[in-house]
Amino acid sequence: MWNVLRAELTKLRRPSLSASTLLAVTFVTSLITSVLFLLVDSPEGNGERGVRIGRDVLSLPTGISLSFTNTAGLLGVVALCVFAAQTAQEYTYGTLRNLLVRQPSRMKILIGKLGAMKLFAIVMVTFSAIVGITLSYLFADIKSISTQAWSTADAKTAVWHSFINVLIATIGYGIFGMILGLLFRSPISAISIGVIWNLIFEGLLSAFVKDIDRYFPGQLLSIVAQGGTDRISYQYALFTSYAFLIVGLSIVAFLFKKRDVAN
Amino acid sequence: MSSPLALDVADLSKKYGDRMALSHANFEVPMGSICGFVGPNGSGKTTTIRMLLGLITPTTGGGHVLGESITEPEKYLPRVGAMIEGPAFYPALTGFQNLNVLAKIGGFATDSIAGLLDLVGLGDRGNSKYKTYSLGMKQRLGIAAALLPNPKLLVLDEPTNGLDPAGIHEIRTLLRKLADSGTTVFVSSHLLSEIEMISDHLVMLRLGKVIFAGKTSDLLAKQQPVIVAKPENVNDLNKLAQIATAAGHEAIIIENTVHVTGTSDFSAKLNKAAFESGITLESLTPVKASLEETFFEMTGE
Repeated sequence: MWNVLRAELTKLRRPSLSASTLLAVTFVTSLITSVLFLLVDSPEGNGERGVRIGRDVLSLPTGISLSFTNTAGLLGVVALCVFAAQTAQEYTYGTLRNLLVRQPSRMKILIGKLGAMKLFAIVMVTFSAIVGITLSYLFADIKSISTQAWSTADAKTAVWHSFINVLIATIGYGIFGMILGLLFRSPISAISIGVIWNLIFEGLLSAFVKDIDRYFPGQLLSIVAQGGTDRISYQYALFTSYAFLIVGLSIVAFLFKKRDVAN
Repeated sequence: MSSPLALDVADLSKKYGDRMALSHANFEVPMGSICGFVGPNGSGKTTTIRMLLGLITPTTGGGHVLGESITEPEKYLPRVGAMIEGPAFYPALTGFQNLNVLAKIGGFATDSIAGLLDLVGLGDRGNSKYKTYSLGMKQRLGIAAALLPNPKLLVLDEPTNGLDPAGIHEIRTLLRKLADSGTTVFVSSHLLSEIEMISDHLVMLRLGKVIFAGKTSDLLAKQQPVIVAKPENVNDLNKLAQIATAAGHEAIIIENTVHVTGTSDFSAKLNKAAFESGITLESLTPVKASLEETFFEMTGE
């Protein structure tokens, strides 16, 4: 399993993947942070789905990590794409047969891959946190938002909690991508279905059907990243979303173990 | 006492839906041999190789690789090198990095990679991305990957695809060298002439069935040798064929030559009889049946 993890890291470290992923992370984090701070006085709102987040909220100790927390959904999409592509490409390139000849235990392959991708997600989330917090200070200064509370112990706790929650959510989205990758065995199919499901299907239905987000893993992971909401508790969101993912992963792991590798 | 076996399969079958990809195959491959695994496209070669490597589950039957059951591939795969159905690597990684990934997964030393790249003639292109490789270079990288574990058994599926004649010669020499050092080589190909040159054992498949398994020499010995006689004057072709037929040998005229079934001892007799009948022969060549001819004769194709 450790051998697989080390080998996977070699693939994930390649400049074309790591640089493009970090570029995507920088882009989405910058976008969310700039909208949050620079449109703070806009009547159209500066948060998700037009929600207004005022100067008073941004000045709180939690204000330092708010942009980073709001980035979780898009970070999740990036993780979904990376996890799905890294899994499904073994089928499209035909490299799975090489891996299985060198490591016949299919479960070790799967666990090693998942472990490496989790490490990749940690790097992504850490990078996003650094970019988000740095830009928050910059934009807060531009918009004259007080950052006094951001250097308190409460702020440090808020950053730490946000980091853990965003990481759990990002890994969750990634696992969802891995499930789709194993199921469809094609990066394009897995990514397009995953993105359509998360952003369009879940997003639209949740906007129009009350309380349906309680049953959607993508929406629940987004709530995990926020640390829970008034309607849905953190514990419920975490338990339910990961229950979905564990069941899904168990099914595809079973298929992966039993399926003939004929390509 | 019989020699130890590198491979043996018994009643091995694989069915996909209604189609029998491999039907009740039985064969053995002795340790240290070069065994050619031949048959036309779609005859079940790759399916068999995949079953031997634990990639697909047999419908019935079983077998052993290096003395271990094929139901427990983890016991023998660390000693097996394989290239299945052509090379498959990550396009964005270099040749070196691709081998590094496989060496890490298998827990093999990575310091042998540079030497292997040199061995297959990729020493100066190891740091180029795989996607920039020609088909022949990809094939060479596949062979290097198969050699990573310093294998006791090397399974190669169509290893000379895409190689130029010099490359084919190099691979042939390499396989012979490996066999001489004790590695068993199980090499599949639909190029029968290529297999005939390197293999001492053969497993022949046709439509998912084993039609021959054994020593190459035994198979070829079963075939009647042919003497090709070419008279100086084409008008003597019929007369020459009649002389051979009168001596109890089959003779057919093909273009400007007479093909006579018979061993090389008959050559001298035929030459003498032709001379006595006033026929001057331009050439008289005993020819052994090739593997290709033998295969076509056996399969009736």
